Amino acid sequence: MLLIKCPWCGERDETEFSYGGEAAIKRPLKPKDLNDEQWADYLFMRKNTRGLFLEQWNHSVGCRQWFLVERNTITYEIISTKRINSDALNSEVPQ
Amino acid sequence: MNKYSAFSLFKNALTNNKNWQASWRDASPKVKYDAIIVGGGGHGLATAYYLAKNHGMRNIAVVEKGWIGGGNTARNTTIVRSNYLWTESSLLYEKSLKLWESLSQDINFNVMFSQRGVYNLGHTLQDMRDIERRVSANQLNGIDAEVVNAQQIKEAIPLINTSETARYPILGASLQRRAGVARHDAVAWGYARAASELGVDIVQQCEVTGIRKNGPQVTGVETTRGYIETKKVGVVVAGHASVIADMAGIRLPLESHPLQAYVSEPLKPVLDTVVMSNAVHGYVSQSDKGELVIGAGIDSYIGYGQRGSFHTIEHCMQAIIALFPNFSRVRMLRQWGGIVDVSPDACPILSKTPVEGLYFNCGWGTGGFKATPGSGWAFAHTIANNQPHELNAPFSLDRFSTGALIDEHGAAAVAH
Ligand SMILES: Cc1cc2nc3c(=O)[nH]c(=O)nc-3n(C[C@H](O)[C@H](O)[C@H](O)COP(=O)(O)OP(=O)(O)OC[C@H]3O[C@@H](n4cnc5c(N)ncnc54)[C@H](O)[C@@H]3O)c2cc1C
Ligand SMILES: [Zn+2]
Repeated sequence: MLLIKCPWCGERDETEFSYGGEAAIKRPLKPKDLNDEQWADYLFMRKNTRGLFLEQWNHSVGCRQWFLVERNTITYEIISTKRINSDALNSEVPQ
Repeated sequence: MNKYSAFSLFKNALTNNKNWQASWRDASPKVKYDAIIVGGGGHGLATAYYLAKNHGMRNIAVVEKGWIGGGNTARNTTIVRSNYLWTESSLLYEKSLKLWESLSQDINFNVMFSQRGVYNLGHTLQDMRDIERRVSANQLNGIDAEVVNAQQIKEAIPLINTSETARYPILGASLQRRAGVARHDAVAWGYARAASELGVDIVQQCEVTGIRKNGPQVTGVETTRGYIETKKVGVVVAGHASVIADMAGIRLPLESHPLQAYVSEPLKPVLDTVVMSNAVHGYVSQSDKGELVIGAGIDSYIGYGQRGSFHTIEHCMQAIIALFPNFSRVRMLRQWGGIVDVSPDACPILSKTPVEGLYFNCGWGTGGFKATPGSGWAFAHTIANNQPHELNAPFSLDRFSTGALIDEHGAAAVAH
């Protein structure tokens, strides 16, 4: 079981959270300008990274906030958790 | 190579079983092949076998980073059935089930395919409506399926709890009598042996680390045992599909999750069929050794660690005890995880890609063991002819941009 540090509530068991998958997927600003492949890319295609991964979790039976977790998907080690803001999304996405 | 038969057993017994040959050649990679299959799981080995047998491609290799069958193939709970809802999937899984029925003879290796039936339980009115619908759809596709009521279930499975006061009372089930289980290791070994016999090189301890291209065309694969030249690469690496896709500059609609399974201490025979339940979310059968083989759902997060979280185990055990209260005294023996590649519509991808000569077979997620023969058969056709067979054409990668998804989520009962 993961021990996840909610940026608002502190460390809690994984069972208090729900998973939100890959973080920083940007909804296209002008969907009408996209062709079907570009729309499919936004909707379905995922990094599914093996290694350092930025993902989103929701403290669903706690404060109900969404937040970011940087986690190693091989060792499951959590590197950091942080609140979502545009800085966090723009500058700290591991490539 | 030795042909396995009652006679060969007898003959080798006379010489103290000292003269058996190795089942397959553990090959070293050549510099060049006509095709390379990446991933020595059941699907990859089956692909190689059917490429050699049906399409006459003998100068091919399977490259596996660990040992053959070390991935999901030998980590799964071995349920084989074809009672999916949609025509596209039920035809593909039914092709597979037909191949299972003669597989041991075809590859001269006993895969212990046991058609002991699979019950998919319904616990609510909506479950029962879905079951009626799925059974009717199966019958229209010529697939054996029937609806049974709680009393029939109790007669067939005396230990199951059909009490009306249960938290999730059992109202009925769908039953596919031709469904069942098989021995997973034997599937990998049997296909490896049969493919090797036809000249296929099986190369273990050989991890693909890069895909080389010249313009749009694949030209070879980089591996931990050197560069290998080829114009056709079939990638069948289950949970690692996105990793290889990344090497080729392709994006896939997959997420890799841990999926756990469990076996108990061996018991006397108590369960001679397979029981699955979506609502309480667990499934169970009994192996020939007597162990209860148990599984349930995936861990929620993306994980490549071949292990998951403890609460997932607890949830699964609760489900099994709800169905079989007297299993609460049974001790569990082992637990493990695999990495399953889950697609948005719970259906596989068997497809060409934007890269010429590069083919992907992935997205089987939690339920691809049953498809091993059919998947290999159809993927071999796709690689040999550079176009899909009509059975796997609906499962191309471009369905995610055309919108022709095949939504088997939930509709296909527990997805194993
Ligand atoms: C716990 C569990 C229970 C399941 N239960 C069922 C069930 O009851 N019924 C059912 O139908 N299905 C079930 N499944 C799903 C089923 O196991 C899989 O869909 C199926 O076995 C996939 O087969 P495969 O040959 O594609 O994958 P695998 O057997 O995983 O083979 C892929 C191979 O690729 C290799 N590989 C990866 N990366 C590289 C690389 N870079 N270079 C070379 N080789 C590489 C791996 O080492 C591995 O051996 C279950 C899965 C799990 C984990
Ligand atoms: Zn919180």
